[in-house]
Amino acid sequence: MRAKAKRYPKEAARLLRERPSVREAVTGATLHFERNRLRAYGEIDTEAWRERARRVKDHVLTHLDHYLELAEGRLRENGVQVHWAEGPEEAHRLLREVVARHGVRRAVKAKSMLTEELGVNPLLESLGVEVYETDLGEYLIQLLGEPPSHIVGPAIHLTLKEIQELFHGRFGTPPDAPPEALAQVARRVLREAFLTAELGISGANFLVAETGTLALMENEGNIRLSTSLPKVHVAFVGIEKLLPRLQDLALFLPLTARAATGQRLSTFVSLLQGPAREGEEGPEEVHVVLVDHGRTALLADPEAWEVLRCLRCGACLNACPVYRQTGGHPYGYVYSGPIGAVLDPGLLGLEEAYPLPYASTLCGACQEACPVKIPIPRLLLTWRHRAVEEGLAPAWERGAIGAFARVMGSPALYRLLSKALRGLPLPQELQVYLPVLKAWAEGRGPLRPSPRPFHELWKEIKEEARGG
Amino acid sequence: MRVALFITCLADQFYAEAGVAAVRLLRALGVEVDFPEDQTCCGQPAFNAGHWGEARALAKRSLEVFREAEYVVLPSGSCASMVRNHYPELLPGDQGALALSEKTYELSQFLVRVLGVEKLGEGLRGRRVAYHHGCHALRELGVKAEPLLLLQNAGAELLPWEAAEECCGFGGLFSVKLPEVSLSMADRKLATLPKAEVLTSTDAGCLLHLAGRMAKLGQGVRVAPLATLLWEAYAGQG
Ligand code: SF4
Repeated sequence: MRAKAKRYPKEAARLLRERPSVREAVTGATLHFERNRLRAYGEIDTEAWRERARRVKDHVLTHLDHYLELAEGRLRENGVQVHWAEGPEEAHRLLREVVARHGVRRAVKAKSMLTEELGVNPLLESLGVEVYETDLGEYLIQLLGEPPSHIVGPAIHLTLKEIQELFHGRFGTPPDAPPEALAQVARRVLREAFLTAELGISGANFLVAETGTLALMENEGNIRLSTSLPKVHVAFVGIEKLLPRLQDLALFLPLTARAATGQRLSTFVSLLQGPAREGEEGPEEVHVVLVDHGRTALLADPEAWEVLRCLRCGACLNACPVYRQTGGHPYGYVYSGPIGAVLDPGLLGLEEAYPLPYASTLCGACQEACPVKIPIPRLLLTWRHRAVEEGLAPAWERGAIGAFARVMGSPALYRLLSKALRGLPLPQELQVYLPVLKAWAEGRGPLRPSPRPFHELWKEIKEEARGG
Repeated sequence: MRVALFITCLADQFYAEAGVAAVRLLRALGVEVDFPEDQTCCGQPAFNAGHWGEARALAKRSLEVFREAEYVVLPSGSCASMVRNHYPELLPGDQGALALSEKTYELSQFLVRVLGVEKLGEGLRGRRVAYHHGCHALRELGVKAEPLLLLQNAGAELLPWEAAEECCGFGGLFSVKLPEVSLSMADRKLATLPKAEVLTSTDAGCLLHLAGRMAKLGQGVRVAPLATLLWEAYAGQG
């Protein structure tokens, strides 16, 4: 997906103005997920689980070479063909080969953020392959030609009415068809696709190094079909998705499910061990593509690497009051919300992603929700600091902060500002504040200072009798 | 016991009476109060926006201004968190920053945790109060129970509020950099506000933002900083 992160502030404002239904739908859905998460966290010793998960991830990430090698060996032993992709080019090359070799005309695809990152769908379409997203939400946005709006619930920004209209136009269902009827239609279309596709594509929630096991979590059962019916299965796995041992799944599967949707476990968990053996059913050929796409560089960044612990559970999106206003589209990249704001600068470069670290009030709700304790606010501060160092802050901001620092650095100037707030004209030096004050007042009415500032009142109460 | 008050710029300018209330309350509880007059701003706006050079200079000023203080008390959760949590990060290895960090408290936190005061009086009897948890007080300082306890013990009826712990959308420079999102967040907060006589919080910034938005929307709920209400709790006025 091409990044449009630079346009975040404008897109956010536009969406709030032009599509108020998005705010309503997203707020409703995220609050629902958030309540579920809180309930599910309440059932366990969450702090201990999170701390354990954080440690396991940190261990893998700090010994990534070792575990990648181990995983590669085990996958091969399991009969999987392993590939390494630095970025989209290698991933595309591999797909081209598979498509050509097997004469693929049709592919079914499980929801995967990494394949969004790599632009897998456009590539396949350019090769003349029909691609079916098999996750219902992902299928809806595919029909609309939109990118996902949420890591876990790609279509949470849509209202039922919009979906009804979409299906009415596409499949001729009644304009007020109930959700069950819509699901019926999607099921019919997808079932046909499953039975005829030559290629199944998925991501992976986890890859267990010691056994070469791919773990996939879902609630609809379609991933299972995508990875078992077509004769070829290709899984794209970010190198940060590794876990050391099979038993780690016992922690990570339920923790991820609790964080994401408040479930104790997702409805379906698939553990894949390579192609079908003699007498088994399943794909004849399995490929695992280990994808870097900026992750190694991020891992080497001492101030920003912790973001790689991310499980893509979406809990931080659900908890984020900023995300709730707009959903994911204005962020302009696959990863939106708090995690996007600290991951996108690492993957795209800060210049591309500049406004995203500012898409937060630093309220900390994301960190509180995160199952692997990623210190998102601290990472936001780091990226902001770098943005300023690299000269990316707009001129008005630099001016305002500069004036602010001069004023606050000098009690005399501060007292002057204090007078100015109470009606005296603002001295030249401080006029840079005016646009900021004006912008503030636009949505909130004029600022009304206390009749006299405290530092003046203090002179009166300084000697006031003690004892109340 | 001597306390140096750090009123911080927003409270100084916009909620001056909360400062007066804090002084009177602390004195009433037998604490001597200083107000070092060279104080200005803790530097948080610059820090949060990524301008650490400017923030560092202001942090160093505060270190000087409050060097001699026994305790530093702020009627603001986010500024208290700036001093307590971020000064040591901003000035790594600086003993002064660590020392200041350790003696700095938000007002209600100071009352409950240091003075051991849980009840100030009953001046809020029957008053219907909505409490907004400022994010930094709540999640960075861990101040959650203290203000509620003090309000409740003073007889206030604390109204359940679905969005009490949600960010109001102020966020300092955020409110200017992303004005539409900031206002939209305030609207969500206000749309769920229960029928209160007074809306309160430790944070002047949040209150300024919410009060301004209410003024714009023509909603007329009294907005008062926590310090003001705590003084009313003690003195029984209102
Ligand atoms: S940052 Fe944490 S909460 Fe957000 S998606 Fe990643 S793991 Fe989940």
